[in-house]
Amino acid sequence: MFEPATEQQLSDAVRDATGPLKIRGGGTRPIGNPVTGEVLSTANLSGISLYEPGALTIVAQAGTPLAEIEAALAAENQRLPFEPMDHRVLLGTTGTPTIGGVVAANIAGPRRIQAGSCRDSLIGVRFVDGSGTAIKNGGRVMKNVTGYDLVKLMAGSYGTLGVITEVSFKLLPGIAASATICVDGSTPDRAVEIMSRVLGSPFEVSAAAFGGGRTLFRIEGFADSVAYRRTQLKTLLSEYGEVGLETDPAKTAEIWANIANVAAFHNTAGDLWRISVKPSDAPALVAELGVTETMLDWGGGLIWALADPGTDLRAIAPHIKGHRTLIRADDATKAKLGVFHPEPGLAAISQGLRAKFDPRGILNPGLMG
Amino acid sequence: MEMPAPDATVLAKKTLLVERLSAALPEDAVIHAERELRVYECDALTAYKCPPLCAVLPATTEEVAAVLKICHDMDVPVVPRGSGTSLAGGALPTADSVILGVARMNDVLETNYDDRYIRVQTGRTNLSVTGAVEENGFFYAPDPSSQLACAIAGNIAMNSGGAHCLKYGVTTNNLLGVKMVQMDGTVIEVGGAHLDAAGYDLLGLICGSEGQLGVVTEATLRILRQPEGARPVLMGFDSNEVAGQCVSDIIKAGVLPVAIEFMDRPVIRATEAFAGAGYPDCEALLIVEVEGSEKEIDEQLGLILQIARKHNPVELRESTSPEESARIWLGRKSAFGAMGQINDYMCLDGTIPVSSLPMVLGRIGELSKQYGLDVGNVFHAGDGNMHPLILFDANKEGDLELCEAMGADILKLCVEAGGCLTGEHGVGIEKRDLMTAQFAPQDLEIQMQVKDVFDPKWLLNPAKVFPLASSASRRAA
Repeated sequence: MFEPATEQQLSDAVRDATGPLKIRGGGTRPIGNPVTGEVLSTANLSGISLYEPGALTIVAQAGTPLAEIEAALAAENQRLPFEPMDHRVLLGTTGTPTIGGVVAANIAGPRRIQAGSCRDSLIGVRFVDGSGTAIKNGGRVMKNVTGYDLVKLMAGSYGTLGVITEVSFKLLPGIAASATICVDGSTPDRAVEIMSRVLGSPFEVSAAAFGGGRTLFRIEGFADSVAYRRTQLKTLLSEYGEVGLETDPAKTAEIWANIANVAAFHNTAGDLWRISVKPSDAPALVAELGVTETMLDWGGGLIWALADPGTDLRAIAPHIKGHRTLIRADDATKAKLGVFHPEPGLAAISQGLRAKFDPRGILNPGLMG
Repeated sequence: MEMPAPDATVLAKKTLLVERLSAALPEDAVIHAERELRVYECDALTAYKCPPLCAVLPATTEEVAAVLKICHDMDVPVVPRGSGTSLAGGALPTADSVILGVARMNDVLETNYDDRYIRVQTGRTNLSVTGAVEENGFFYAPDPSSQLACAIAGNIAMNSGGAHCLKYGVTTNNLLGVKMVQMDGTVIEVGGAHLDAAGYDLLGLICGSEGQLGVVTEATLRILRQPEGARPVLMGFDSNEVAGQCVSDIIKAGVLPVAIEFMDRPVIRATEAFAGAGYPDCEALLIVEVEGSEKEIDEQLGLILQIARKHNPVELRESTSPEESARIWLGRKSAFGAMGQINDYMCLDGTIPVSSLPMVLGRIGELSKQYGLDVGNVFHAGDGNMHPLILFDANKEGDLELCEAMGADILKLCVEAGGCLTGEHGVGIEKRDLMTAQFAPQDLEIQMQVKDVFDPKWLLNPAKVFPLASSASRRAA
């Protein structure tokens, strides 16, 4: 196992590698096809390099614990905009989530629909490519169109194009007040209709989800503003059924952490799928999948589905566009079905990029297919 | 700015090329008469002009694919063009290139309010995307100053921003999917109405690639519900430093306005003379705008005004009516036109960390004295995206070169301050040869390798983005 403490050491380790490398941050998100190889960990590349609250930007080394970053931001009443989920209980892992891992897997949470994904807040990266060359792209300013945007490309590339060593983010101010509003007794069909209605209203919500028969919305902002939107939404929602309200911020935080972390499927048996569709397709797909349990986030655009082991959900209603990722399954199933949704029309480009960024094919080979 | 010499073998193929293009497209879609080609000789970077070999105006993705395949087979470079509003020379042709204009492809293909997106052909102008959905209370967020004219194709190529991107992000944050034609004529679809990618984020890579990876013919764009209202406040300060500090304090206080615009004295004076918006005569002006219901606006502006008062403003004017809001924005929106009345100008686009604002403004003032050229500053202060306008006289020999040298010094200063060469206009030819100030050779090499994947023959907009010396071997191959 390599545990370099500097980018130079990491670069040397990659250059001198003679076989496949299994890239690891905190090891809490084992998403992807199984990889064999010597572990290259970024855990020792740790620390916040630069934090400017007045510029709403932070730069940190890839191995920095996410918790350390969140604590530093909270001390200045700021936050990462995209609310990264914690995969540990869901995937049965332990360890310390790192900021580099968040980027490599392009993690987001319920706030995705309002503030975008990790890639939308990521403004700069440094990484070491498969030849051991250290490369930078983007920087530490919020607006930057200088050259190609490899920042976006690196986000969600799961270490297959390079080993991320440093990341920069733009930030948002902390949240002054919050509330959760819910409508009971819905079906997926009805829930998506309600969520589209709310998301198409001017009363901005930062999250919209459906699970356990309840449709939930989160309202955030300054106190008067939250109170105003709460009232407006309550009126708007009253035609759909009994409207509940949660004004305790701690309760709201707990409700949405559970949705972000997919608590409904913690400690369950079965394969777990993560499906991205346009919201209005979600009810039909949920019905067709015929799986026992589902949960909707992102206003219906994200479906979490628990399926019988080994079932290929991609084979069902394939005409519904989007992508279906096998997040949790045993290695044999992952190997058989493939974790990521194949995109035949784009395979040549993806393979072409991989051949340029990692000519020897040693970085997490096979992880993305 | 140097452009590569035209390839004589390509020039010699003009007759055959026009013949083949004419066979593939309707008669009026191929322009090859010298007089008519003058329309395409430059974009909004008017200091550089060169008529192309010919121009084509396809009306469908299939026609775009046919054009590209012909040019690919004949080894003819292609320069894609949206509306030609690039300030960076992104659509500047070379004499041996075909201009591929998307202006005829401007249809709305689909609007979906439940899922909040619109699918358009990319020749459609930015403002008319909002125009197609505003009756239903929706809008498309990125709002570049040229939004009345600029095309979505160009917005995607340059990853355009605008005044309101502090809250809503830039093009890449609002683009859900594209249909794109590769140089060899292959049509690909990336993304769609759903969120995020199944594999690599090719959409993020395509957006901002300056027309070098493919020609985007259709785009799926996120639309948002319009807020209930918006209200600006005008603040005057007696120094740039204090105004800069006020911006930083607003951001730190936890308010997120939709826009924070900054103007310095030369721009304030010019816009007053030009538009008469009633701005105070002071060193620096901020326009801060917030959105929401009346009550929400009151809450946010209350906090913002409280912060502003701590900085002893010489003027603090909160809009009380739509007319007053329009007047507050009038000067800002006519700033470029106003500066153009005084003289020719070059508009820069560097971005800096907001914390470096006072230092960078001070240094720009010194450079202005050193070069003997006046500079006005008008920019998006919330995100540090500066737009220094350097005034020069295009008819005076040597003035353009002097202006370019000064512009280069300012952009290098932005990079030194921790920023970048361009925040929203793109590299084009304008910043092409400054790329080495921001990037090491290996940083540029990997970007050029990305182009190798999409366009192995380097025929799409080849003489842009990368320093000519860096891309020479690839372009010659």
